[in-house]
Amino acid sequence: MYAVRRFAVRRSSGFLRIYRMFEGIIVFLDPVLRLVGYGRLERPFAFLERNFKGLLFDCKMCGQCVLSSTGMSCPMNCPKTLRNGPCGGVRPGGFCEVKPEMRCVWVEAWDGASRMPEGLERIRVVQPPVNRELEGSSSWLRVAREKAASLRQMRETPDPSRHMLARAFRRARQIEPAAAPIAAEPNAALAEHSVSERTAVFTKGESAAGKNNGGGNAKKKG
Amino acid sequence: MASFHEREPFDPILNGPLLALPGHKSASFLERTLRKGQFAVTAELNPPDSADPRDVLKAAEPLAEVTDAINATDASGANCHISSMGICSILNRAGLGTVLQISCRDRNRIAIQGDVLGAAAMGVGNILCLTGDGVGVGDQPGARPVFDFDSLSLLRTLKTMRDEGAFLSGRKLTMAPPIFLGAAENPCIPPIEWRADRLEKKVRAGADFIQTNYIFDVEVFRRFMQRVCDMGLHEKVFILAGVGPLASAKSARWMRSNVPGIHIPDSIVERLEKAEKPGEEGKKLCIDLIRQIREIPGVHGVHIMAYRREHLVGEIIEDTGILKERMTAK
Repeated sequence: MYAVRRFAVRRSSGFLRIYRMFEGIIVFLDPVLRLVGYGRLERPFAFLERNFKGLLFDCKMCGQCVLSSTGMSCPMNCPKTLRNGPCGGVRPGGFCEVKPEMRCVWVEAWDGASRMPEGLERIRVVQPPVNRELEGSSSWLRVAREKAASLRQMRETPDPSRHMLARAFRRARQIEPAAAPIAAEPNAALAEHSVSERTAVFTKGESAAGKNNGGGNAKKKG
Repeated sequence: MASFHEREPFDPILNGPLLALPGHKSASFLERTLRKGQFAVTAELNPPDSADPRDVLKAAEPLAEVTDAINATDASGANCHISSMGICSILNRAGLGTVLQISCRDRNRIAIQGDVLGAAAMGVGNILCLTGDGVGVGDQPGARPVFDFDSLSLLRTLKTMRDEGAFLSGRKLTMAPPIFLGAAENPCIPPIEWRADRLEKKVRAGADFIQTNYIFDVEVFRRFMQRVCDMGLHEKVFILAGVGPLASAKSARWMRSNVPGIHIPDSIVERLEKAEKPGEEGKKLCIDLIRQIREIPGVHGVHIMAYRREHLVGEIIEDTGILKERMTAK
């Protein structure tokens, strides 16, 4: 909702705290989540995230949330889906070039960032392009899983394409890992899969995460 | 065609790849001019709707003698024309410097990374990375907007290709493209207070030079450049200010309401309205603007966008004294 979205930007600092709290809870719950299996949790988490962030930020479920680097103004609401700042077509008064009735998402973002601790430092970091494979998946779950995994010192072999992207956008990888994830995906995180595939993930449980690397690559070739 | 520099026609097969000069990023004339500390001039070519290469040469003729590089637009205003790549290939063969423009609107990361290799192989030394106008303002509003990259992730990707010799996928290149990377900035439109920060972000992403949108409001631009210099950016990136001759008060008003991102102060529209010969006044105004802009610290050149008034570019550069300086420097 446009009104709520603008309210969230005006209260960006408070919303950032709520947002961080959610992330903290998920990382804390990692042992439980692993027991249940991250693959199995993907759908309910994506559902929660879609509704919660949809209401507050008009979240488009890009699956690579960078809200805390964009003043809590979701960049996917920009008709050009710009992830790094406003275009050169912003109208007088700060309105959108493509949708003149809407305030420019990035005019709002700088405004929100200036109210957040470190907001102006974060908004200056160059963000990578969106990985469309992750669209619709839970960004929270991915970040939490990556964080928990690095805490456990579990190093998965990263997909080479993600590795290069993470190197090219090094700073973004450091401060906004959701934007340049390097951990392998549990199968169910990748949108639609056949029932048999999903069942396979469930039976394999946690160990599936590492092995899925090959599966992901095979999909790309096809 | 003569020009600021004596140039050899470039033939991709006879000449092989163009290599960057020592200490340079590319073999581009524009980069050479800027690094020498000379005031650079670039101009935008009006792309023909034609498959005839002679039409491209004809369009370049009024610009060739007085520019370091000619910008070949990439469907600007979302209107279909001959491609930037086609124009650049033809002009490079004629011995002219070119700036290939890439807009994120029409192509995804697969197409763009391939195009950059193709362009470099065809002798392109400068690439300008742009977001692109929305499809709605052009002649084919029903087209699907792509925007896979934005101008900054595009810059960083091309910088990665050049400096790391790899695609974004990590796959190695046999030869990295020696390219001088450009970006745009629009200092006179909202959010004005953040425009200098945005420029800084573009420098971080990989911009070597900047070509701004039209500057008609010198005071706003002066304040912008003050911030740019305070942030030390004028030492990290070459800034070319965008200017152009207006045809009349009517066309100024039309541009203001129909072309995205154009800010023309009322005082300028009034000046054109009062003039007996608005076309002549528009030219004078452009010359005045260039003279004022040259005095602003941190400005390294001008970028002239004289849409359908390209015949005036030579006179404008001559009247500002830039041409004379350059000829004596040579």
